[in-house]
Amino acid sequence: MAGWADTVIQGVLLGGLYALFAMGLSLIFGVMRLVNIAHGDLIVLAAYLALVVVDATGLGPISALAVCVPLMFLFGYALQRGLLNFTLGGDILPPLLVTFGLSIIIQNGLLELFSADPRALRLGGLETQSFRLGAGIVVGQFPLLVLGVAIALTVGIELLFAYTPLGRAFRATSDDPEAVRLMGVNDRHLYALAMGIALTIVSVAAVFYGVRTTFGPSDGPDRLLFAFESVIIGGLGSFWGTLAGGIVLGIAQAVGFRLDPGWGVLTGHLAFLAVLLFKPSGLFPRTR
Amino acid sequence: MLSTHHLTAFYGDFQALFGIDLEISAGEVMAIIGANGAGKSTLLKAVTGLVPARREAVRFEGQPIGGRGAYEILALGIAMVPEGRRLFPSLSVEENLMLGGYCKRPGAWNLQRVYQLFPMLREKRLAPSTSLSGGQQQMASIARALMSNPKLLICDEMSLGLAPIVIKDIYDALPSIAAEGITLIIVEQDVGLAMRVSNRLYCLQEGRVSLSGKSQELTREQVSQAYFGI
Amino acid sequence: MSVTVERSTRASRIGAVAGTASLVVLGSLPWWGDSSWMRAIVEFACLLALAQMWNLLAGYGGVVSIGQQAFLGLGGYALFVLADHAHINPFVCVPLAGLIAAAAAFPTAWIVFRLRGGYFAVGTWAVAEVYRLLIANASFLGGGSGKSLAAVRGFSKAVRESTTYWLALAVAVAAVLVVYLLLRSRHGLALTSIRDSERAAASQGIDIGATKLWVYIASAAGCGLAGALYFLNTVRISPDAAFNVGWTANIIFIVVIGGIGTIEGPIVGTLLFFLLRGALADYGATYLIVLGAVAVAVMVKFPRGLWGFVQERFDLRFFPVQRRIRLEAAEATESPGAANLRP
Repeated sequence: MAGWADTVIQGVLLGGLYALFAMGLSLIFGVMRLVNIAHGDLIVLAAYLALVVVDATGLGPISALAVCVPLMFLFGYALQRGLLNFTLGGDILPPLLVTFGLSIIIQNGLLELFSADPRALRLGGLETQSFRLGAGIVVGQFPLLVLGVAIALTVGIELLFAYTPLGRAFRATSDDPEAVRLMGVNDRHLYALAMGIALTIVSVAAVFYGVRTTFGPSDGPDRLLFAFESVIIGGLGSFWGTLAGGIVLGIAQAVGFRLDPGWGVLTGHLAFLAVLLFKPSGLFPRTR
Repeated sequence: MLSTHHLTAFYGDFQALFGIDLEISAGEVMAIIGANGAGKSTLLKAVTGLVPARREAVRFEGQPIGGRGAYEILALGIAMVPEGRRLFPSLSVEENLMLGGYCKRPGAWNLQRVYQLFPMLREKRLAPSTSLSGGQQQMASIARALMSNPKLLICDEMSLGLAPIVIKDIYDALPSIAAEGITLIIVEQDVGLAMRVSNRLYCLQEGRVSLSGKSQELTREQVSQAYFGI
Repeated sequence: MSVTVERSTRASRIGAVAGTASLVVLGSLPWWGDSSWMRAIVEFACLLALAQMWNLLAGYGGVVSIGQQAFLGLGGYALFVLADHAHINPFVCVPLAGLIAAAAAFPTAWIVFRLRGGYFAVGTWAVAEVYRLLIANASFLGGGSGKSLAAVRGFSKAVRESTTYWLALAVAVAAVLVVYLLLRSRHGLALTSIRDSERAAASQGIDIGATKLWVYIASAAGCGLAGALYFLNTVRISPDAAFNVGWTANIIFIVVIGGIGTIEGPIVGTLLFFLLRGALADYGATYLIVLGAVAVAVMVKFPRGLWGFVQERFDLRFFPVQRRIRLEAAEATESPGAANLRP
């Protein structure tokens, strides 16, 4: 029995990381109806950026965020304003194809720059520390930190959207991008801000990802799929839903992994398909 | 205050406006009338920056503003109450109003004053904007536009889909807005109403100005000829 | 005034003659050409067929899938299962594989069509991943390392190569012709009207859901066919090769740069792809970066691709899908010419 409880707990903790992967994707889709196919590759890119910063400054990965977060924000702002803004505006093909092209460019660019060797970020200790709860259940401190950050970020984004002028502008833009311009909102700037914020979340997720597992240039697509599945399972329109979706996915994968190590990822996919079949709007959609 | 010079506008290859010249002075109430498809909404979109225009084709307070972005034009002091109200469904009534003030232009209009003008909105402030009736939505849309403290307020087809008594309530609020020194442009389908509330009238027909003049001096006959292009 | 409806253009008539001539030349290749040429042309044929299928789905049907590799892989594995386990002639298995892929498309569509737009696209990818993982976990299919096609060992190299080659030419021609004929028919008209405006199309009585479904099925069948053909050519299959999203990446490059929403576009794109690949072969991953960058640039600046640009500039159509109305004035003295009105 303790075995299954432990599996579920590990799944919840894994889900925290998946929620972090998914939050940026959810934000971008919520504001601009853009599905960024390069999202997973941007996570990997951010992990390599953290690696470069760590190697260059000797900072720990988490302290390196002080450099990575602003850099990724600027990159996201520039990417949106310089390229992606031109793909928005009705037709679904251009944003999909451009972000798909970006995905290819990033993957192969990273391959050229860093080779295919797996890399990792080292925390120097925290990743092996754990709490012992009763009944033989062990909870790693680092995964708990990740989950905590995921929850805190979810709260932060919900507050941003609910109570700030920027958040109101974000919500209004997803309703009616033309009318929002009549309110004096510079939509090109707004979209770029949204992408900037999304990439700051991505950079946080990337550091946690790089500490938790080794990573390589071609790991982007799987991250995208996990992020995407978390969003769909949780339900569109709600950041709490995305958090819940990540956790459900984490649990599904943990259960599958326990049944057979080759089945971990597949069980996650099947859970996603099951939600799509039986509750297509997701488990916790925000009705508007 | 606002003038257009040979304003043309296109949707792709389709030309909607063929050289509109109009002028409104501060403090006036101008009405623009015309049949569906005459180009009224396109004219408003060109003025408010939703549709591209030549730089010199639109002048506001002496400055050319044609082709500028809609958010810049709002910052200059031109606000629009759009056709169909277009409140944001994801936002509550008050949030819609607050978004109207996103731009933070200085002036007397704030939530307090707007609730004074339309007390019903205060009661419904936390409700989702979709729960309001058509007339209430129209009031909310006007209030939202006022929140940006405009110098020029444009109202596009406010009477659409509303009952006469509701229309009366809405138009009754206009004098207090005009009294604050806000210049008004009213686009209306209801010709009689347009003539009653305005000092000056322009009639559009197939993308051109077919008639202009002081509302008091125009006859129904002149107007209906210009409206229908007979 | 007389009115005639024209289907063909001068370019199309010339193109038909030129195309038939080149096909005859190509068809004779096994007697005078190299093995490596034949293998390259088979690969070309596969990519061309895949590109036409993706273009049909996305460029005409407005359905953007990045998971068509699912059907490519299923077609490939269907070939191996039918040939090695059911002992059917492997060349006959190729069209059968197409049918199996089409059958798999029904439950797939049932699931993925619950999503829309960008989420639909990623959903198709997720489903392709599911197929990949299911097959990778099936040891009788060779598991993660794949398997070889035993059934072809009964044929001599020459017979295998030339039969595969002719099959490939047939598949390539079929893919182009089927798409062309489909688009000339009233179904094609329905498809382009949906692409242009769904609501208007629905108001004309077109069943949007059914039309999109059938296009999805047809596209899947084509991909399955191409997949079976490809792996018949390589004689070896593995889940990573069969269900690699790189297939979609290449196909998207081909269609977008060649010209989405045209039939000539994928042909031009495939040619360009092979040229670029040859030219950049020594540069490793940089080649893919260039491909990606070109695709992005084209999408932003020339959304209609190379052929779309040519078509607009020069009004050149080798595969005329539209109908032209010709008006001829009755009095030759007053207005001698004919007016061409293009719908």
